[in-house]
Amino acid sequence: MNGAAGKILWALIALLGAFCLGTVALRRGEPINALWIVIAAVSIYLVAYRYYGMFIARRVFELDPTRATPAVLRNDGLDFVPTNKHVLFGHHFAAIAGAGPLVGPVLAAQMGYLPGTLWLIAGVVLAGAVQDFMVLVISSRRDARSIGDLVREEMGRIPGTVALFGAFLIMIIILAVLAMIVVKALAESPWGMFTVIATIPIAILMGVYMRYIRPGRIAEISVVGILLLVAAIWFGGDIAAHPTWGPAFTFTGTQITWMLIGYGFVAAVLPVWLLLAPRDYLSTFLKIGTIVGLAIGILIVMPELKMPALTQFTDGTGPVWKGSLFPFLFITIACGAVSGFHALISSGTTPKLLANEAHAPYIGYGGMLMESFVAIMAMVAASIIDPGVYFAMNSPAALIGTDPATAARVVSEWGFVVTPEVLTATAADIGEHSILSRAGGAPTLAVGIAQIFHAVLPGEGMMAFWYHFAILFEALFILTAVDAGTRAGRFMLQDLLGNFVPAMRKTEAWGPNLLATAGCVALWGYFLYQGVTDPLGGINMLWPLFGIANQMLAGIALMLCTVVIFKMKKDRYAWVSIIPTVWLLVCTTYAGWIKIFDPDPGVGFLAQANRYRAAIAQGQLIAPSADLRGMSQIMFNNYVNAGLTALFLLVVLSVLVYSIGAIRRARASAVRTDRETPYVALTAEQMQRYL
Amino acid sequence: MAGQLVPLDHFATHKVLWRRLVQTARLCCGVPDYDNYVRHMLECHPDREPMDYPTFFRERQEARYGGRGGFRCC
Repeated sequence: MNGAAGKILWALIALLGAFCLGTVALRRGEPINALWIVIAAVSIYLVAYRYYGMFIARRVFELDPTRATPAVLRNDGLDFVPTNKHVLFGHHFAAIAGAGPLVGPVLAAQMGYLPGTLWLIAGVVLAGAVQDFMVLVISSRRDARSIGDLVREEMGRIPGTVALFGAFLIMIIILAVLAMIVVKALAESPWGMFTVIATIPIAILMGVYMRYIRPGRIAEISVVGILLLVAAIWFGGDIAAHPTWGPAFTFTGTQITWMLIGYGFVAAVLPVWLLLAPRDYLSTFLKIGTIVGLAIGILIVMPELKMPALTQFTDGTGPVWKGSLFPFLFITIACGAVSGFHALISSGTTPKLLANEAHAPYIGYGGMLMESFVAIMAMVAASIIDPGVYFAMNSPAALIGTDPATAARVVSEWGFVVTPEVLTATAADIGEHSILSRAGGAPTLAVGIAQIFHAVLPGEGMMAFWYHFAILFEALFILTAVDAGTRAGRFMLQDLLGNFVPAMRKTEAWGPNLLATAGCVALWGYFLYQGVTDPLGGINMLWPLFGIANQMLAGIALMLCTVVIFKMKKDRYAWVSIIPTVWLLVCTTYAGWIKIFDPDPGVGFLAQANRYRAAIAQGQLIAPSADLRGMSQIMFNNYVNAGLTALFLLVVLSVLVYSIGAIRRARASAVRTDRETPYVALTAEQMQRYL
Repeated sequence: MAGQLVPLDHFATHKVLWRRLVQTARLCCGVPDYDNYVRHMLECHPDREPMDYPTFFRERQEARYGGRGGFRCC
């Protein structure tokens, strides 16, 4: 779309976006329709892609459609495959979309929908999509190498190792946080527990079928698998109401924690075709289906946002998580605006399939815009719920008590008027005993999704079905991530330990395999357990750790991009990656500093640890701890978390020092010093086939 | 326009679309296009026997989750 007509069209889209965003930002006191947010986001994404994404493509990288990509040069039909750009877009999006963009905005909604929405839109355009896109191009021009290798090559061996070590720590925290979301969603919920347990035999059936009965037939058995899942959700209600089976599937959070730890160990050791792979297929299809369904649902239902644009909790006293808007909103939103983990997909995985450099903006920049859109939908789903219900679901029991009457009174005192009847009726609607203190994001999101789906497809008792459908959808792909992550972590750990004990490297031998798997499970299991048993609900403790870690990894990836730009002698465009880098570094180091040293025990790890230490010294109990042993455990956990945060800060600051060194050397040099692989021209026939 | 022949691929659009959808779904599971693999083997390595589909599928499954693959986002 070039020429005058195209320019006018783009100007109109920009105006539409600005008008909708203005409405979202400025209208106060009356509820607004979710469509305003959706249209604002989509039009700004389009304009940003057309102008900013293309600016980076043309000016910064000078993308060249005649340049052969690693997928073409090393085409083997297996790992390196030039792929149709729409097919690759779908693959890339499915690989980067996960629980993060769904949970982050739900938690951020405690400050109102406005701050989170603004950051989701601005963050993705200026930081998240820039990072994904730049890493994709940099990796594609370096033989599709992974981020650790790229850092090592462009910045040196030490920062490369530091970055890899950081990535391992981040993975442990991510696994723990994700597992905790599942635990919080399934605790005391026989219906949810039954459906999640039912996925195991269903996956094994699929695995055996694809291995032996009709090898490799994914589609037919996936359809059967999904039908069986729906049946499990359908009959889960009867199971939960059954006098014998209901209690048999009711577990406390601690019990589920131990089950998950044992399960994670077994699933990582079993052959992949039996459980991990088929469940991955189910979860992928369910994830994409639900996301598409949710988008259609929001367009059909056009719900009104009941959450205020801003709540009084922007001052940092919120019940869901503590901390002021800056920097903690940005740490909490995390993945939907910018996610460091995408650097691991954009390097190594996706570039091996990239058929032409000219596809990179669509896949890198565009894929991340889609992820941000998912986060916007999560924000909408959290904001259409009655705010009273939202706060009752997400506040810890220590604040709102354990019965509907107390909870309704406390939440109403905050200004979000709700009656005990509404709380019990909502619980009954979704087929649960209680909705109080179900922190973690997943149950809240499930209520929002259920309300939207129920409005599209109404029916008696269908609300409970959709709620458990949404819970299963989240639990399924989180559990897949836990399986796959434990496996990947096991290989990383074996690699790491192999430096000292060479025998540990043997990935096929049972001894090292079991040892490394147990080590990996023990690491995330420890954080999971401390999160589940935390008196403030766990999310308050683990989610900021996760957010800091994730944003820190993004900071490392963006520092790499900046170094590469300087090495390419493109100094005048370095601001493209410097702006998001500086912002992320300021946010993460400031947030890390506050989490360690803040005097408020609800925020600072050391303050909380010292509070428990003082109480233990005086022999006092702090509710809800029942004995001094539990209290010294909490004290110890907080010291560990403070140490871990310090370690994160050390990692990011040391990479910063090395980047500044690399940039100074690059500026001193008169010629390009980056390590791009030499240019190879595509043949005319290759150009035609893949462009 | 009358009397003009419809191009050969006119009715094939939906087939292409369906094929792309299947390719996307398979690739999301770590299984790249098998036809493309066979074509590549015939064109570039005529001396080697291409794997049959079940072997290809198993090989890809192992490659995705064994070792460094299987990395998932949060």
